[in-house]
Amino acid sequence: MNAARKLACVVVLAVCAASLAAPWLAPSGYAKQFREDPGSPPSRSHWLGTDEIGRDRFARVLYGTRISLLLAPAAALISTLLAAMVGGLAGYLGGIWLRVATGLTDLFLSLPWLFLLITVRAVLPLNVSPVLSVLITFLILGLLGWAASARVLCTSAQSLRTSDFIVQARASGLHGSRLFFVHVLPNLKPVLYAQFWISIPVFILSEANLGILGLGVAEPLPSWGSLLRELEGLVSFRGEPWRLVSLLLLIVVMTSFQTLLSKEEVAA
Amino acid sequence: MLLWKITRHLLGIVGIVLLGGLISATLVRLAPGFDTDEHQLDPSLSAESVRAMQAARAGEHNVLRYYARYLRGVLHGDLGVSHSLDQPVRTLIHDRWPVTLKVAGVGLVLGWLIATALALAMSLPRVASFEIFGTAVSGAFLCIPAAVLALLSVIWNSPGYLAIALIVFPKIYRYTRNLLAKAYAMPHITAARARGLREARILFWHVLPPAAPQMIALAGITVSIALGASIPVESLCGLPGIGQLAWQAALSRDLPLLVNLTALVTLVTLLANSGADVIVHMVRSREA
Amino acid sequence: MMRRRVFLRILVSFALLAGMASAQNGNELRFCLRAEPKTFDPLKVDDDASLTIRYLTGGVLVRVNRQTQALEPELAHSWKLSKDGRQITFKLRIGIQFSDGSPFSAADVAYTMTRLMDPELHSSTGDAFRSGTGTVETRILAPDKITIIFPAPIIGLDRLFDQVAIMSSTASKKAKERAVLGPFFVAEHKSGDHLLLRRNPNYWKKDRSGRQLPYLDAIRLDIQPNRDVEVLRFRRGELDLINAIDTEYYDRLAASSPDVVHDAGASLDTEFMWFNQVANAPIPSYKRDWFRSTSFRRAISSAINRDDLSRVIYHGHAQPAVGPVSPANKFWFNNRLKVESYKPAIALEHLQNDGFRLRDGVLHDKDGHAVEFSIVTNAGNKSRERMAVMIQDDLGRIGIKINVVTLDFPSLIERIAQKFNYEAAILGFQNVDLDPNGQMNIWLSSAEDHAWNPQQKSPETAWEAEIDRLMRAQASAADPKKRKKSFDRVQEIVAEQAPFLYLINKNALSAVSTSVEGAAPVILSPQTYWNADRLTVHSTAQASR
Repeated sequence: MNAARKLACVVVLAVCAASLAAPWLAPSGYAKQFREDPGSPPSRSHWLGTDEIGRDRFARVLYGTRISLLLAPAAALISTLLAAMVGGLAGYLGGIWLRVATGLTDLFLSLPWLFLLITVRAVLPLNVSPVLSVLITFLILGLLGWAASARVLCTSAQSLRTSDFIVQARASGLHGSRLFFVHVLPNLKPVLYAQFWISIPVFILSEANLGILGLGVAEPLPSWGSLLRELEGLVSFRGEPWRLVSLLLLIVVMTSFQTLLSKEEVAA
Repeated sequence: MLLWKITRHLLGIVGIVLLGGLISATLVRLAPGFDTDEHQLDPSLSAESVRAMQAARAGEHNVLRYYARYLRGVLHGDLGVSHSLDQPVRTLIHDRWPVTLKVAGVGLVLGWLIATALALAMSLPRVASFEIFGTAVSGAFLCIPAAVLALLSVIWNSPGYLAIALIVFPKIYRYTRNLLAKAYAMPHITAARARGLREARILFWHVLPPAAPQMIALAGITVSIALGASIPVESLCGLPGIGQLAWQAALSRDLPLLVNLTALVTLVTLLANSGADVIVHMVRSREA
Repeated sequence: MMRRRVFLRILVSFALLAGMASAQNGNELRFCLRAEPKTFDPLKVDDDASLTIRYLTGGVLVRVNRQTQALEPELAHSWKLSKDGRQITFKLRIGIQFSDGSPFSAADVAYTMTRLMDPELHSSTGDAFRSGTGTVETRILAPDKITIIFPAPIIGLDRLFDQVAIMSSTASKKAKERAVLGPFFVAEHKSGDHLLLRRNPNYWKKDRSGRQLPYLDAIRLDIQPNRDVEVLRFRRGELDLINAIDTEYYDRLAASSPDVVHDAGASLDTEFMWFNQVANAPIPSYKRDWFRSTSFRRAISSAINRDDLSRVIYHGHAQPAVGPVSPANKFWFNNRLKVESYKPAIALEHLQNDGFRLRDGVLHDKDGHAVEFSIVTNAGNKSRERMAVMIQDDLGRIGIKINVVTLDFPSLIERIAQKFNYEAAILGFQNVDLDPNGQMNIWLSSAEDHAWNPQQKSPETAWEAEIDRLMRAQASAADPKKRKKSFDRVQEIVAEQAPFLYLINKNALSAVSTSVEGAAPVILSPQTYWNADRLTVHSTAQASR
């Protein structure tokens, strides 16, 4: 393992450990409002300062990490698997399946899903538990996010269908699902991994935007998405660099994860 | 034979566009809040006025009937009237699509340039250990909310298409990087290098061809991504384009506008992806 | 020596003349509209952006001076109200022309009023005059004298004409909206981008020295829904004013340039919370029983820390509210009312008297149900969202669990006005009118805006019946003192029964660049450009575009 991967490993472990140790590192919790101290800069009692209603930002980053780092990759996994099934399978099978899948995918990409999400919010009870609302949010994101990469996977799978080693595998007696799972799918890895890595930050940010519709993580639970949205106010005013910590942390964690798994992405 | 194929394909596109319009009309109609008006909360309006305002939208209650009427109008060139902006939809789209074409189009091209340049740079053998740099840079822009990038472009007075390029390029980069890395990892590349072939020749003759079909397919879907990115960018940078219109329509549940915009976006997406398919087909048949 | 003095005097006079000249070429005022104006027809105006256009382009018979709050003559130099409140006679100024050159006369007033009272026309301007069914009658007594007769008496009839922009009866159908009597006219409109208003060369008003108003050459209105971008552009000098600015931006601007921000004091706006009391609402019946109990509502009200709300969220630019009328409304405010102070221990005591019990930090009602409910509010209003989170914290201290749900506006309206599938809600009300008669649709139990339980066939509680009686009394009384007595009692009943829990009265905050001369921000809308015809912008201070 080279130095970069060692560093990435350390970073990932440190972040996981810190988020698990949140109750000890930030004993005040993410919800307590220090109303004497709203919007304050970093100090000894608040390492990253407080937000506009006086909640400790460091605690919110730590607890937010738990939620986002667990659920966003899970949702990304769902969307990647769906893309693999729809795109990969259709491209592999070809013919009418391919035409139906490409039409369906293009349609999916163009529809205003905003309204489906609004309807979902209306169907859910108002007093749904925060945990359930978060789970449902990320589930929906995962179910809606597969269309873009499915298209690319279609094309990849089509190329594979006529490639030498698949022809060889068929000739040696491999058929159907075994052929698909053992030989085709692994060769779609570059695209699948790309889809996975892109989806994580996209879902984290989308979750924050869903707050407008009443979905997303319910108050007072923190989420990285809502922490990142704080940045929108930052751009009007400078001089508060500690607000960028959540962004930097996300970038560092994502880069570390990707560095760790980079060999996997291109392995055949 | 070819003509029949093309006709069938075009009919397919038209069919999907019509279906898209119908589904979006249904989604909008069924979503809560469709039948409401901000004016219901205004105490200075009498009950009759509020009822009259709602009655004006009564024609939209039955989705199928509304859609049939809308299609009849389309055949005469009438796309309906937007009730949030009180203008014919046709005029709105006509005035705004050049702005979006410019911003999203140039942004998309620029995004591709940045992504491919970065991906190629990372693929060079000497720079392999700086993989982290590419990941970090693209990761950074991926993690910054689109709204923030748009606001930054307002602060720095940079053009809207730059914001779109920065939003779109990380997504292109990741795919491209993986595809190129996979292609470079093929055994015959090492063999070619051992035989002393120049890097450029290896790139254009041995690396790009196998990766090309997928990259072209990617190009097709990046059109949708760029259109999606144009919504926050246009709204925040004050560019009067289709994206800004779409956001306005969504917020006010403006059914006529939404149906037309969905049809437009579906059409563009289908054309982009079909075009990509055709090019891939041509590339493959040339190779064979 | 003599020559030097003369030379100096000549220099000074030149400077003065040059100064006057630059003030005369008042340049262009630039600010933002938050949305696209929906209509340019002044009689159909219902949204803020169209209202701005109407204020700047429309000529009215009488104008409420936004600073003194007194009614002043405009196109009409005098007027007379009949004793029964049904008739008003205006004596108009003569020799005035529309922006297209056509002469202004009583015929135009008649045309405008007939059009406004057309039953097919639906707008808040027209509805304000519809106190009873029937048609309006206009009698043109002379080219400069007109009497308008309404079918039923109208409270505050003269002040309502501040909203009626007179349209030209002679202009062609296409040009109707462009022929105006106000200081500016719409010269350019690029949809989604901006509007340009230019000075009306036929504007009738002159200042005291005889110079024709407005001083400005043009007003440029950019369409910009995003507040961050608006503040950014103001800081860069691309905008000259922000009519209503949020607290957080106010403070940041004040830190760097204190003389551009203005806090005009308490505005007429209120933020409040209420509970769903609809009899057949699709909520659990035990929750409905809580919400319909006055002592429950009062207890919740005293468990909310309003001082913290105004201090933390509004940074002191707000005050705890006590009722529907803000103290800024000096005549109508009932100053015997006291703000509900923060007394969580007493709140808990009152709840316990009603059978509620605190067990393991969670409050339970007499049947053992844990007290938990949701508060809905509209997304996008950061202050309101933060208020909901702070109230969530306050009520958490007495064992009540709150779920904050932010919704988009249409979904919210559907819940609170149509389906009634909500439990509690927080919204705000922007009062534009000082007279509470405009709030009839809120206080009458049969009305649609009676938020907690609208459209009752007959009043379901004795206190709502009493409010109905009092509101009708104030609407038919002519003597303002009698009206005040009735409305004071309404405010007292509302404070006792707490159907609305009033939270905050915001201050009127605005920002005006130092290059603008003549600005005097006030609390009545439009706060900063109410005297647009007398504003000037110094060209040297403007940033290059």
